[in-house]
Amino acid sequence: MTPTQRTFAIFTSVATLLFVLELVRRRRLKEEYSWLWIVTSAGMLLLSGWYGLIEWVSRAIGAVTVTTTLFLFGLLFLLAISVHYSIVISRLTQQVRRLTQELAIVSADRELEPAPRGQAGRPDPSAPS
Amino acid sequence: MHGAQRILVVIPAFNEASRIRRVVDGVRRQVEGEVLVVDDGSADATAAEARAAGAVTATHAANLGYGAALQTGYRYALRHGYDAVLQLDADGQHDPASIPQLVAALDHADVVVGSRFLHEESYRPPLLRRLGMWLFGTVASGLAGQRVTDPTSGYQAVSRRALAFYAHERYPADYPDADVLAMVARSGLRLTEVPVRMLPSPDGKSMHAGAVRQLYYVFRMSLALGLVPFRNEKP
Repeated sequence: MTPTQRTFAIFTSVATLLFVLELVRRRRLKEEYSWLWIVTSAGMLLLSGWYGLIEWVSRAIGAVTVTTTLFLFGLLFLLAISVHYSIVISRLTQQVRRLTQELAIVSADRELEPAPRGQAGRPDPSAPS
Repeated sequence: MHGAQRILVVIPAFNEASRIRRVVDGVRRQVEGEVLVVDDGSADATAAEARAAGAVTATHAANLGYGAALQTGYRYALRHGYDAVLQLDADGQHDPASIPQLVAALDHADVVVGSRFLHEESYRPPLLRRLGMWLFGTVASGLAGQRVTDPTSGYQAVSRRALAFYAHERYPADYPDADVLAMVARSGLRLTEVPVRMLPSPDGKSMHAGAVRQLYYVFRMSLALGLVPFRNEKP
C-alpha cells in the first residue's frame, strides 16, 4: 500500500466516522441505526492505520494486495448494513400492519356506537336557533 | 345445530364498490350472524356500499393485502368474542349457498376449506393456474399429511382455536394459502375440506393477474412451503 493510498484510506475512515457521529449528535440518525456505520468506519480505520493487521488479514484470506482486503471488508460491511436495513423494514412493515388493523377495528367499533353518551337529545349548539 | 354459536362473516374487499352490496345481501340470506367487511384501503366507495348493505366496516388506511385484511377480521372476531369466522371473497366468486355446509363442518374441524374441485358444478380456473394449484396443493398435502385439493380457496370457516393461530404475526399479509393450510395441519389444528360452488370472477379480475406477479407468487409460495418443516408453529 503506497503512502498516498494509506493517507486516503485513513482520511476517508475518519471523515465517515465523524460524519456519522455528527448525524447522531444532531439526532438526524438514531443511535440504534448508527452502530453498524460506526463499526464499519472504525474497522476501516483500524485496517488502514495498522499495517501489520491488514498484512496479516490479507495473508489469512489469500488476498494479493492489501488494498483488496480493504475493499473486500468495506463491501462486506455494506452488505451487513443492507441486510440490517431489510430486517428493520420488515419489522416496520409488521408494525404498520398491526397499527392499520388496530385502527380499522377501533373505527368499526365506533361505527357501532350511535353517539357518545351525554350528547344524545341535546340540541346541536352550532344549529341556528 | 349452531344456534348457540356466534359467527362473524368476514369479507375482505378491495375496490369492490359495484359488487359488495350483492355479496352482503347474498350472505344475509344464508346466515344470521354479523357481517364485517374489511375495506383494504379501497379508492372507491366500497366502505359506503358495504355500510349501506348493513355490514359493519373496518377500513384500512392503506392497502395492506388480502391476508392482512382477513387478519383484521380474525382479530375483530377474537376481540368481540365470536366463536367462529366464515370468510368469503367480495367479488361474488363464492356462492353463499355453500355457507351452511362450511359452518356445519366446524363441528369436527378447526379450519374448513371450501374446495371448488370437490364440487361438480363449480367453475374451474384456466389450465395453467390449475396446474399451479395442483402443484402447491400436492406439496401442501405432503406437508399437512392429508389431502388438500384447493389450496388457494379463500372460502373458509375458522373456529376460535384456529382464529388465535391466524391472528398471529405468522399469518402472511399477501397470499395466505397453501403454506397456511400446511401450518394449520402441522400445528395440530383439524383441517377439512368441503365441496363448494365457485363462479368465475365476473370481470375476470384476479389477484394473480400479470406475469411478474405470477412469477413472484410461485417464488413466494415455494419459499414459504419450503420453510414450513423448519418452522415450529404452535397454535
